[in-house]
Amino acid sequence: MPVQYYIFLSIALFCIGIMGVLMRRNAIIIFMCIELLLNAVNLLLVAFSKMWADAGRIDAAAAQIFVFFIMVVAAAEVAVGLAIIVMVYRNTHSVDINILNRLKN
Amino acid sequence: MINLVWLVPVLPLLGFLINGLGRRYLSKSQVGVVGSGVILAAFVISVMIFLEVRQPGFSGQVVTLFDFINVGRLQIPFAFQVDQLSALFLLIITGVGSLIHIYSTSYMHDESNEGFARYFAYLNLFVFSMLLLVLGANYVLMFIGWEGVGLCSYLLIGFWFKNASYNKAAKKAFVMNRIGDLGFLLGIFGMIAMFSSVTFSEVFSKTAALGAHSNYSSQIAIIAMLLFIGAMGKSAQIPLYTWLPDAMAGPTPVSALIHAATMVTAGIYMVARSNVLYTLAPQIQTVVAVIGLATALLAASIALVQNDIKKVLAYSTVSQLGYMFLALGVGAYTAAVFHVMTHAFFKALLFLGSGSVIHAMGGEQDIRKMGGLKKFMPTTNWTFLVGCLAIAGIPGLSGFFSKDEILAHTFEHNKIMYVLALAGALMTAFYMFRLYYITFTGSFRGTHEQEHHLHESPVAITLPLVILAILSIVGGYIGLPEVFGVKHWLAEYLSPIFAPSAPFIEAHHLEHSMEWLLMGLSSVLVIIFIFIARSKYVKYADTGRENTGLAKVLENKWYVDELYDAVIVKPLGMLSRFFQDALEKAGIDRLVNGVGRSITWGSQQARRLQNGQVGFYVFAMVIGIIVLFVIGLLL
Amino acid sequence: MLTVLLILIPLVTGLLTFGLKGSGPKVLGLISSLASLAVVLGALFQFRAAPDTLHFAVNWIPQLGSQFNVGLDGMGVMLCLLTAIAFLLVFITIFNRTYENQSSFYGLMLLSQAGLVGVFTAYDALLFYVFWELALIPVYFLCSMWGGEKRVPVTFKFFVYTFAGSLLMLVGIIYLYLQSPDKSFSYATFTSLNLPVKEQSWLFWLLFVAFAIKMPIFPFHTWQPDTYEQSPTPVTMILSGVMVKMGLFGVIRWLLPVLPQGAFMWADVVMVLSVIGIIYASCIAIVQTDFKRLIAYSSIAHIGLMCAAIFANNEQSLQGIQVQMFNHGINIIGLWIVVEIIQSRLNVKNLDELGGIAQVAPRLSIFLVIISLANIALPLTNGFVGEFLMFSGLFQYNMWLMGVAGLGIILAAVYTLNMLQKVIFGESNALTATTTDLQNSELLALSLIVGVILVLGVYPKPMLDLVSSTTELVNKVF
Repeated sequence: MPVQYYIFLSIALFCIGIMGVLMRRNAIIIFMCIELLLNAVNLLLVAFSKMWADAGRIDAAAAQIFVFFIMVVAAAEVAVGLAIIVMVYRNTHSVDINILNRLKN
Repeated sequence: MINLVWLVPVLPLLGFLINGLGRRYLSKSQVGVVGSGVILAAFVISVMIFLEVRQPGFSGQVVTLFDFINVGRLQIPFAFQVDQLSALFLLIITGVGSLIHIYSTSYMHDESNEGFARYFAYLNLFVFSMLLLVLGANYVLMFIGWEGVGLCSYLLIGFWFKNASYNKAAKKAFVMNRIGDLGFLLGIFGMIAMFSSVTFSEVFSKTAALGAHSNYSSQIAIIAMLLFIGAMGKSAQIPLYTWLPDAMAGPTPVSALIHAATMVTAGIYMVARSNVLYTLAPQIQTVVAVIGLATALLAASIALVQNDIKKVLAYSTVSQLGYMFLALGVGAYTAAVFHVMTHAFFKALLFLGSGSVIHAMGGEQDIRKMGGLKKFMPTTNWTFLVGCLAIAGIPGLSGFFSKDEILAHTFEHNKIMYVLALAGALMTAFYMFRLYYITFTGSFRGTHEQEHHLHESPVAITLPLVILAILSIVGGYIGLPEVFGVKHWLAEYLSPIFAPSAPFIEAHHLEHSMEWLLMGLSSVLVIIFIFIARSKYVKYADTGRENTGLAKVLENKWYVDELYDAVIVKPLGMLSRFFQDALEKAGIDRLVNGVGRSITWGSQQARRLQNGQVGFYVFAMVIGIIVLFVIGLLL
Repeated sequence: MLTVLLILIPLVTGLLTFGLKGSGPKVLGLISSLASLAVVLGALFQFRAAPDTLHFAVNWIPQLGSQFNVGLDGMGVMLCLLTAIAFLLVFITIFNRTYENQSSFYGLMLLSQAGLVGVFTAYDALLFYVFWELALIPVYFLCSMWGGEKRVPVTFKFFVYTFAGSLLMLVGIIYLYLQSPDKSFSYATFTSLNLPVKEQSWLFWLLFVAFAIKMPIFPFHTWQPDTYEQSPTPVTMILSGVMVKMGLFGVIRWLLPVLPQGAFMWADVVMVLSVIGIIYASCIAIVQTDFKRLIAYSSIAHIGLMCAAIFANNEQSLQGIQVQMFNHGINIIGLWIVVEIIQSRLNVKNLDELGGIAQVAPRLSIFLVIISLANIALPLTNGFVGEFLMFSGLFQYNMWLMGVAGLGIILAAVYTLNMLQKVIFGESNALTATTTDLQNSELLALSLIVGVILVLGVYPKPMLDLVSSTTELVNKVF
């Protein structure tokens, strides 16, 4: 499969993610959208890695290591982020980010 | 003896230090002895120097003490010039100075101990500065004395410093002198630029050498003019004369010493000293003559109607100084110096006499409240009369010879000037005798208390009066004109000083018959004017009538003070306030603060972008990425 | 080594002072300033015996090609002498006062002395810059902690203003450094750069603005009256007596030799600005009612003349300006001491509220009169020699410019006599009648100043000889 397909899919995923982050107010949805962004990047990394490997570059597989990194970081982030969201929900009975700007003051 | 000339100024300086530092510890008599003693000692040395200098064939001698300023080619040593001119001035300064010091011991006796010492300290410091002025062998040293006497004049005019108006007069004197001093300084700089020297001998020889080349004449003229501006300030000539009448706020002996006999003649000394520069700049000489004549007439006209005894004398001084400058302007340098000397005698006499009167009257200076003092104060009366006769120019007295010499030279030079100068001389005779008759004859017009208090002054006051009166009578005989069949001693004595400019002066002499005629004419007219004054004022009664018309203008001194106030003082204040309020606060400072404020404002605007909305940040980030993409694609 | 010692003494004692309590800082400050004076006098004699032995250099930041290179020429010796005398006078004057948090006060004072000496001795541009800032920063703290009511905004303005200038200078120094063939900050390298005229012309402003702000000349002066007014008087003495000389010094030591053509190109502009400043500041001084501001504006006028004299650049004007740097420092410190005395007694500085002090405090009045007269350059006071030479040099450069600048002499007489009249003459009022005359420490400080005024006024030759080598050097290069 030509690499373009992956790129288009990745762009689509990324845009969906961005739009979600920008437009939604529910913290959990935003969180999921961020995951979407990360995964769009992961997909791209894997696709390019495969492409270069097919082209004969032996070290290209190394790129997939970044994917693992990202996954680990994302998992850690989810752990912390969800914990925060749960705490916020307990305190405010809402996960709407617009009421969280109280922290500003 | 000449090598000891440094003692002459150092002695008064010593007196200044002793009186100044010991003012709390010395008694009045000690202060008086120290103050007058040092001047007398300086006088003795001056006499000895004079005796050496008057030997025929004596050429000027320079006594160098130490290097003052040495910068590259410019060498300004601290050196004294001993020659005929400075020796003569030494005599006048220390001689008249010591008389006035003795007089002051009595006149200032009512002051507190400390005030008395302070007075003598200032007076000694003045004599020191004046001696520096005439002894300096270069223009910078002369300038040192020049500013020094200005300072002492300031301190002495404002001697009674509690009085705000006296302080104002002192300040006015100092500032006006400074205007002149700036001219003097510029003249010195011109000399440095042109000759890279300020030493008299070098400047004069270089000037004389250049004299023939017309290319340099404009530069010489500029220097001469700038120096003359300095002389205008110090010697109270138009337009810088208004400080001198106000300076009468000082104690009367100060007026006699500083504002009549010595300091105000510094300008004449300087021009006479620089005679080469002026001879080679005839256009400036004309300026000097015209300003001198105009001042003489203006001041004489004001003196006609003044009622303050010291003010009359002050304007008379300004007027006489005008005559001296007229003499310098027409090239009669000897006559000018001659008049300086005789004027020192009779004007000091008149001032001291007026001091004696004021003392007796308990501080009253208005002549309308005096009258008939003749019978109360006989010595003061006759000495004052001698002074009046001398200044009016009655034949046989000193003023006659010196004034006549000036008039004769003016006649040679320009007939119109002569007529005007003669008119001034007649005014002098008139106002002096108006003063005399109102003050000394008629009936006493003061209060009873004052009348009861009237007395002849003590001997410390009358003795200087008598000595000065004698000098006013005989002082003229050192300069008898040649028509009397004798040699003009003073002219011969001073000839080495004026020798450098002699080659450039066309010698033309009046016929003897013409000279007799002029002398006769002026004498007769003066006597007529004295009689007019007598008939008008001998039985003067104060009518209390306001002056009108011209007399009112004269009484208000031609409104010159008001003019200066409106043209210079007020605009300067306005300019300053404009600088302070408009330019400084609202202009530059606001600009500077504005830079700071605009940065603060800009930051406040930028701060709004940090609104804490995560969505907004992300949005900005996305926009940023898109912009970067677009730029990347385009390039 | 003497040169290094000169910097080390105040630096070390300054740091030590922070740890002391009670009257310890006072005593240590006095000892330190006496020691500095002794070392300067030693340096002076060594300089007269062998002028070139006062240099010292070790590697400082070799990676950048910067050395710890210090040395003294005639002008440097003179300014270090001024610094030592100034601090000694300040410490003597304030010996009987107590300041809050005394140890920090004296410590900061001594640190700024170290910075000042460093500026006057540095022969390495980076070192010069470091010392320049070292002198500034303690003063900032001194003003903002011990100053008057409006001290915070005023010192902030002062700091930002001078710091902005310094940064421009730093940019200029770095540019010059990059142009140097051997990548060095040393004075010798900088003076032999010979940059093209165009570069010199804009580099000139980078450096000059820093110096102009420090002096300050018109129109960079507005920080100065406020700062002088709000700072504690001892700090003002240092600021106006010594610190403004840094600007003049910078021009003579660095600007003229490094960028001669740039300086030549802009000389007329700078001189016109300076002369405008003389008249402008003198006029404003006439209408001041605040004692401190009056002196501040008078100082601006004097500095304007000095700046003009530097750029007139002939032997006389250069000799005059250098001598005047010293004399102006002494005179203005004297004036501030008098202000400090009056203010500490009566707690007013408005001239209209003063008057008649001559009756109750004659000694103080006499000192004030003498110092004021020196300030307006009366002959036989120290002020005259410098001003005479500067004006003479200026006259040779341009007669008309000098004529306008000369009006400053008259205006100076006006505002000085106004000041004297309002402060010491006239009738005393209820407030001023309580003035007590000088105490011993004040008498000592003022007598020292008047002594210097009269000695250097009558016999200025030693001072003129001291700086003549610097004059020759600058005059040759320029």
